[in-house]
Amino acid sequence: MAEQERRDNILLEVRGLKKYFPIQRGLLRRTVGYVRAVDDVSLYVREGETLGLVGESGCGKTTTGRCIIRLYEPTAGQIHFKTTALSPNGDPQMVDLLSLDKERMKTVRREMAMIFQDPINSLNPRMTVFDIIAEPMEIHGMGRGPEVEETVVRLLEHVGLRPEHMLRYPHEFSGGQRQRIGIARALALNPRLVICDEPVSALDVSIQAQTLNLLLDLQKDFGLSYIFIAHDLSVVQHVSDRVAVMYVGKVVEVADVEHLYSRPLHPYTEALLSAVPKPDPLYKSERILMQGDVADPANPPSGCYFHPRCRYAQPICEREAPEFRELEPDHWVACHRAGELHLKGV
Amino acid sequence: MSEPLVEVKNLKVRFDVREGIIKAVDGATFTVHYGQTLGVIGESGCGKSVTARAILNMVPKPGKVVGGEILYHRRRPSENGSEVTEIVNILDLDPDGEEIRQIRGGEIAMIFQEPMSSLTPVYTAGAHITEAVTLHRLLPIRKVGDQMAETIQAHRRVSKQEAKEIAIEMLRRVGIPNPRERVDAYPHQLSGGQRQRVMIAIALSCQPDMLIADEPTTALDVSIEAQILDLMRELQEETNMAIMFITHNLGVVAEMAQEIVVMYLGNIVERASVVDIFYNPKHPYTRALLESIPRFGKGRRQRLTSIKGMVPDPFHLPSGCLFHPRCPHFMPGKCDRIEPKWTQVGDNHWVRCLLYEKE
Repeated sequence: MAEQERRDNILLEVRGLKKYFPIQRGLLRRTVGYVRAVDDVSLYVREGETLGLVGESGCGKTTTGRCIIRLYEPTAGQIHFKTTALSPNGDPQMVDLLSLDKERMKTVRREMAMIFQDPINSLNPRMTVFDIIAEPMEIHGMGRGPEVEETVVRLLEHVGLRPEHMLRYPHEFSGGQRQRIGIARALALNPRLVICDEPVSALDVSIQAQTLNLLLDLQKDFGLSYIFIAHDLSVVQHVSDRVAVMYVGKVVEVADVEHLYSRPLHPYTEALLSAVPKPDPLYKSERILMQGDVADPANPPSGCYFHPRCRYAQPICEREAPEFRELEPDHWVACHRAGELHLKGV
Repeated sequence: MSEPLVEVKNLKVRFDVREGIIKAVDGATFTVHYGQTLGVIGESGCGKSVTARAILNMVPKPGKVVGGEILYHRRRPSENGSEVTEIVNILDLDPDGEEIRQIRGGEIAMIFQEPMSSLTPVYTAGAHITEAVTLHRLLPIRKVGDQMAETIQAHRRVSKQEAKEIAIEMLRRVGIPNPRERVDAYPHQLSGGQRQRVMIAIALSCQPDMLIADEPTTALDVSIEAQILDLMRELQEETNMAIMFITHNLGVVAEMAQEIVVMYLGNIVERASVVDIFYNPKHPYTRALLESIPRFGKGRRQRLTSIKGMVPDPFHLPSGCLFHPRCPHFMPGKCDRIEPKWTQVGDNHWVRCLLYEKE
């Protein structure tokens, strides 16, 4: 793909995103330090594709997702998003979301939606399904009366629920159905980018399969782009075009899914892949055990954050932070030794 | 097969609630052997956790065991120093009595999935620590190491100092960094994942004959999960411990178990060796489960096979075979009328499905 074409297709580009949460102590709530939840993350999403975002708990994947739609105000960085909502004739234009004022941000946010992990707590128990799905349209003043109802019916059908479910409350539904309600709500404003934060991890396997199928169908039907945040590497592999691996607030490797899984370049990716239990009793696992716990994002180690747990670490890894570089076309990695190591995929 | 440790025979558990009666477990039969791991798989509400709790005679209210027996082959030292095995029906024991308390935690230990951050404020300083810890709760007001040591002492003949050393060693083996310092931490100073690992450490440090692990690693990251699974297997080799591993994660069960039972709506529908279950599954439900998971290397973005419909309402169970409304091989007039019986389809491979029953 020519460089120009590659750029034209980009829907979202995040550069140098940082989100530091202050740690406050004492009577005066003095700030004594910062948790670097997201620490210099750069990534992009092309139109119609799915970017998987994986990593262990506390690595900043959820915070990254929330910063992108400005649920959290980032500490630094740029978030360029191709929006059609700002120009009167619907022409796409690239804007830096962080430079937008409240009013314009609200307009652009129509094109972004979020699906949450917990289908029990993310829906208001006092609202009917109709109100839950119609609420975003009301907030954005889109459609009135019968029009809204038509849209809700259409959305319910799209996610595999029946229109007569409209007047019920969330507790009357199973976990899988609640997740469908959440998905319908996310689609209410015709978004272009949907951030799915662990959308299937609370679901049983058979329901998980139904939900993943639904997400893939909707992507095709509506031309959606997804950022798919999950810790389950086999689920991420199933839905993603490209995958970014995060460790302690940083992206350590990004590549298209085949390359990342078959020939990872970062030792952390290799270790994660090896740790996933394979559903095959005859599979001989050669598991790489990582020593110790994930580093503390308030007090990360020197140099490469992964070096205390890395079995390939050299003195340089302790001294210097590795540069995030494009080692192969579209395969980015932050590791001093990337390329010289022969790492195993799955 | 090695010696049996727990034989569950025709276990039936019911929940009598306002809306009606739920048959949470309806005739489960299986055996757990010394040195072996039995995997129990199935989706939420299939009765796998209730079965596990019944083995320790602690079915949560308003549940009640209404039938069957749980025979525990209890090994005890006899007067002349050798070991004798006596068979105890756990369901005959007083659920609050001395004997079951000795068995719980000490001889049959358990690890439950931690509902994230379950510190229990209801236990006060006066509560009996070992009791609480055995029931998978850490007290908020006591150091982790003290709670571990006391539990260990309740079940093993060791001094206080030895118990603490065992605790530290176990914390190290479950991958808690700086165990010598962390042993003096209070539960709230640990992360959710670390607390879960402490519970696992406690269960394993009592050197139980059997470990019941109910979704023990579901809340943990894969790298930690891998470490815990390895540890369980190491200890099993060292002490010939039996493990009953309950999970919905087919990857984990493929790695851990030698034998598997598949449960659906309170019934066991298939029972076989792990290889048979994964390579030669017979019951349509088992097959559907296996096909519905995404796997490495399996065609990306292809549709996953999903099981049609939903798990039925437990108050209105289908007639005949419970799986028939969702089954791709449904035979009208048969599956909705006849309750399938156990059919042997191979060496130690049993299935309850009319497809395999000879007329």
